[in-house]
Amino acid sequence: MNNILVTNEVTKQFGEHIALNKVSLEIPKNSIYGLLGPNGAGKTTLIRIINQIMYPDKGEVYFDGELLQPHHIAMIGYLPEERGLYKSMKVGEQAMYLAQLKGLSSSEAKKRLKYWFQKFEIGDWWNKKVQELSKGMAQKIQFIVTILHEPKLLIFDEPFSGFDPINANIIKDEILLLKENGTSIIFSTHRMESVEELCEYIALIHQSEKILDGKLSDIKKAYKNNIFKVGLEVQNAEVLLKELSDKFHLTSSEINSLENQLDITVQLPTNDSSEMLAYLANKANINQFIETIPSANEIFIQTVQSKDANE
Amino acid sequence: MNKLPLIIKREYLAKVRNRSFVIMTFLSPILMVGMVVLIAYLTKINDNEKRIIGVFNESSYFSNDFNTTDNTAYVHFKNITLQAAKDSTAKVGYYGLLHIPAETELEKVAQHSYFYSKEAPSTIVIDKLEDIFQDRLRERRLQDLGVSTQEYASMDTEYEINTETFEGQQNLKGINEIKAIIGGGFGYLIMMFIIIYGGFVMRSVIEEKTSRIIEVIISSVKPFQLMMGKIIGTSLAGVTQFAIWIVSATLLLLVAFSIFNIDPSALNGGADITSGIAGSMAPPVPSPNQTMQVYAQELYKIPWFMLICFFVVYFVLGYLIYSSIYAAIGAAVDNETDTQQFIFPIILPLMLAIYVGFFSVFSNPHGPIAVGFSLFPLTSPIVMLMRLPGGIGEGGVPLWEVVTSILLLVITFIAIVWLAAKIYRVGILMYGKKPSYKELFKWIKY
Repeated sequence: MNNILVTNEVTKQFGEHIALNKVSLEIPKNSIYGLLGPNGAGKTTLIRIINQIMYPDKGEVYFDGELLQPHHIAMIGYLPEERGLYKSMKVGEQAMYLAQLKGLSSSEAKKRLKYWFQKFEIGDWWNKKVQELSKGMAQKIQFIVTILHEPKLLIFDEPFSGFDPINANIIKDEILLLKENGTSIIFSTHRMESVEELCEYIALIHQSEKILDGKLSDIKKAYKNNIFKVGLEVQNAEVLLKELSDKFHLTSSEINSLENQLDITVQLPTNDSSEMLAYLANKANINQFIETIPSANEIFIQTVQSKDANE
Repeated sequence: MNKLPLIIKREYLAKVRNRSFVIMTFLSPILMVGMVVLIAYLTKINDNEKRIIGVFNESSYFSNDFNTTDNTAYVHFKNITLQAAKDSTAKVGYYGLLHIPAETELEKVAQHSYFYSKEAPSTIVIDKLEDIFQDRLRERRLQDLGVSTQEYASMDTEYEINTETFEGQQNLKGINEIKAIIGGGFGYLIMMFIIIYGGFVMRSVIEEKTSRIIEVIISSVKPFQLMMGKIIGTSLAGVTQFAIWIVSATLLLLVAFSIFNIDPSALNGGADITSGIAGSMAPPVPSPNQTMQVYAQELYKIPWFMLICFFVVYFVLGYLIYSSIYAAIGAAVDNETDTQQFIFPIILPLMLAIYVGFFSVFSNPHGPIAVGFSLFPLTSPIVMLMRLPGGIGEGGVPLWEVVTSILLLVITFIAIVWLAAKIYRVGILMYGKKPSYKELFKWIKY
């Protein structure tokens, strides 16, 4: 079994409102999976169903090949978007409590907490009250508590909101390390750009439905529209530009006459760029040649628009 | 591993360590005892206040009637004008002046007598004076009918009817009231406990919502487990607090009474409060009075063990019903100010139970109203406990009523906890809006 989690046509309805409509996902083991979509699309509902906080009206969820059952809770770590801590409780006590709720014995919880507190250099927080901590400090505690029981599947809902850049990087590195050690990770976010560098797989959720999923590199390949960005160093830019616009389909162009620079964006009918390259190489000195790959955000917008147009 | 004990432990410790809880626990007995002592002390002072009343008697009657007693002294004026008597009374600061005019007929004398004072006189003073006049007038009329003064004096007899049960046991009048007061003490305890600790449960749920830890917790445990853990943990903290209150208040009262040298039996209100606190466990101090001894025996005969068992049953079920409603309210709202509209409907049956208890059960413990309210599940924990000191079966609460009442309570308990858990489960994840009753109803169907 290569998937840590499979959802099969999961549907959830709140009164009249359909929160999830037949969402089927396959989340491969040992990968970072991005669950993307705007606010209110149904991501959090799906995550709550995976965490057995709610139950689907229709459809099933399989965890590691088994139908989702209560004992799976101990194998999942969840950092919700709405996250907090008991304000008047001491940090150590609270971490112990949350760890024990996940099924760790008190001695095991203590041992692991000591390790993580040392790693994050926050050992002296143990007896502090939570209300004395800053938001970023509290987030560190929440992160530790989420991963402490070494779950097979980690779910982060908007994990970087509230972190300053330095702490966000620490957390990002820890997440990558966890993945290296075999953990499967789900990221849920509406900020598409944050997932590009982390996620191997993504699913787009829009208006309660999954509209796209798969390996990010495959999706990008599929959404490539054969647009190339070319930078040319040429003496007579205007003449060349005229020549080029007759021969190719240019979507934009810019001339910098001081540096003898001509920048163009070209859309080709196929992905084969060799012909154009050969042609250009004869005419000018090529100092930049990039195939533009759409960002997750662009793919998302494009998909939503084409879907809306079809309806 | 079962997580319920963990949750109970956390809720208990969170409550017990809370600073205001600790302060309340230790301050309340001091405040309460202080109040009792203060009332007792003030009553004592009040009793010691001596009033001096001037009497200007121009008639031939009442010559031996105005005698100085413990708290009232009479100063007699003679051979002066009424105006002079008034002036001197006011000048020396006496409480007032009683003027009895020089008439021949007693009726006329009484009709034209006046009491002058600076302010409106206290009813105690007036009652005393009126008693004296009434006594003389009655004596006079009896004389007209041929009854002599001596005969009149010997006429005053006290009578109390003897009562007995059909089996021949001596039956005490008023014992029903005493029993109802004892039961009422238990009922009142339940009501106070529900209101105080139900509120704690509610606030604790709101705190989990506002601190946003709730979703972290319920990804580890079932919402129902969390709700029950919270209710049980909070109530254990409450039992701890009540135990501390009872022990320390009893000790403090004993100490305070010995310091201030106040006789508790002289103080009706104070004695009631002490026995209320102690759950009326100890039979009252036997007095030399014969009747009191029978009362004491009767109280001793109250089935205490049965009563305490039923107290526990009704307490647990009643508390669980109400506190799960409180938990559901806490889950439905975002902050405490929004809770008002939901709390009132819960307090209502509790208040109703107490009032019905005190007005109806006292006068007729087995009448239709008392029976009805002791069966209705939202009031039965309080009303039934007020009826139970009379025993079960013959002469007391019929067995079928007790069984039906508990059965109904258990069914209601299951239904309410189920409903509350549904609202709770949905509510804890809802932020930012104050729901209406209609929405709560919808949540039940999610």
